[in-house]
Amino acid sequence: MIEIKGLTKQFGKKPVVEDVTVTIEPGTITSFIGPNGAGKSTLLSMVSRLLEADTGEVLLDQNNVKKWKSSDFAKRVSILKQANYLNVRLTVRELVSFGRYPYSKGRLSAADEKFVDQAIEYMNLADMENKYLDELSGGQKQRAFIAMVIAQDTDYILLDEPLNNLDMKHSVQIMKILRKLVDELGKTVVIVLHDINFASVYSDRIVALKDGRLMKNGPTSEIINSDVLREIYDMEIPIQEQNGCRICVYFNSHT
Amino acid sequence: MRLWMLGIAAIVLSFISLFIGAINITPMDLLDWESDETHIFLISRIPRLMAIILAGAGMSIAGLIMQSLSRNKFVSPTTAGTLDAAKLGILISMLFFTNVTYTQQVIFSFAFALAGTFLFMQILDRIKFKDVIFVPLIGIMYGNILSSITTFLGYEADLLQNLSSWLMGSFTLIIAGRYELLYVSIPAIVLAYIYANKFTVAGMGEDFARNLGLSYKLVLNIGLVLVAVISTTVVLTVGVIPFLGLIVPNIVSLYLGDNLRKTIPHTAVLGIVFLLICDILGRIIIHPYEIPVNVTVAVIGSAIFLTMLLRGRAYAK
Repeated sequence: MIEIKGLTKQFGKKPVVEDVTVTIEPGTITSFIGPNGAGKSTLLSMVSRLLEADTGEVLLDQNNVKKWKSSDFAKRVSILKQANYLNVRLTVRELVSFGRYPYSKGRLSAADEKFVDQAIEYMNLADMENKYLDELSGGQKQRAFIAMVIAQDTDYILLDEPLNNLDMKHSVQIMKILRKLVDELGKTVVIVLHDINFASVYSDRIVALKDGRLMKNGPTSEIINSDVLREIYDMEIPIQEQNGCRICVYFNSHT
Repeated sequence: MRLWMLGIAAIVLSFISLFIGAINITPMDLLDWESDETHIFLISRIPRLMAIILAGAGMSIAGLIMQSLSRNKFVSPTTAGTLDAAKLGILISMLFFTNVTYTQQVIFSFAFALAGTFLFMQILDRIKFKDVIFVPLIGIMYGNILSSITTFLGYEADLLQNLSSWLMGSFTLIIAGRYELLYVSIPAIVLAYIYANKFTVAGMGEDFARNLGLSYKLVLNIGLVLVAVISTTVVLTVGVIPFLGLIVPNIVSLYLGDNLRKTIPHTAVLGIVFLLICDILGRIIIHPYEIPVNVTVAVIGSAIFLTMLLRGRAYAK
């Protein structure tokens, strides 16, 4: 279990995250949503230890994440930030193999190879495993990076805006895969999303932030309603039910 | 390209390198252990070949490490101030000690190369505009600033003549007893290979590396030390060889990618082949005189580099 307790972070004098307390439920998809500058990515970076908090703490299994050994932590929690700018020429398979680095330190055992095979299979990348990343489309590249995280085989997978720059088809593919990771493999996924409809349709829980403060935290059904969303986004957002999904129709609303 | 092809090329070229030069030596001469030819072979030709091999492999690998850690294809010891800092170190050691020993020169040169490269990485960390071309341009300017300090101090202390001998990369003066420092780069090259996976991971960025549990700063610093060790040994024995650390890793990256565990052996052998070709050309063009290797490397290297710049901008991004 990951517990975020009273987390605060300032950049210069500007507080970016202020006194946020959230518990991440295991075995769920939890989406972080909120307007620009709400502190979603900063919060995610602190949970994954990429940033150090000014005050407050993050606990993984009751132990402060700062106290975890790097290599042990990398076997429990993985984070993928926006990775499309990467210009390293690796093949898909090489990239996915590096997901095993926390276990193998680069010398893959037969068991490691099996994890790599499975991750590639899972993300439907088998026919392009020997292609270089720079030959792939944005969606394929994103899948390759997620395959790497799957090979890393952590209980917690944190993703910072994984749908950025992806078209609708690839966005849906990625979200379906994340759903499968939770439902079939029992992973816990924490994801920063811009599109509230993806959050509404695919996540179990939603954490809503605004100006660095926690606004709401609860099951998706409680957050996706017009009253709550008005408070978060300062916008009238009507909601329509479609095949059991709640869709926010905000495109022509008053701002 | 296969490694064994490069290996065969390196062996053939090594053989040629051993048997060309101002004095004609044939393999038959070596049968007579006491002959002048055997003597020349042992104190000049073999040391020269060893120096070419170590400098060629070393500078190429140093360039590869720097490109990986700086995440920029056009950063190398010559475009990041490493070699200029090493030269400044040599000069300072000469100013500080009236009878400077070789060891003192080595230590100063190494300390300056390390500090100089580290400073460049700090600058790189701070600039926001990380264009593939812009970054090495900053490195070249930075190197020129260091170089102008060296020239000024050298001028004031009347040491310019001494200095210019380090400016020019050449194997002409390599004889037994004057190149052995280069062997120090062997452990550095071996370490580079052992750390290959870590450098590849670090080359994907700090966040990426830390996600995989790698201590990024430590790996970065180890990389910089290895680069400084290799660069120092080459500058102190052979001099400055431009372009080598720039073009060789880039050619290998084009056909083999950026997984260092895979590319380090290719980079090393291709560096040796390239330097052997340049040195052999320099020795036969105006035979029995010699063109220093830095001239032939600069001519061939700049042509290759220009081609890469014009055609490969898309790839370097």
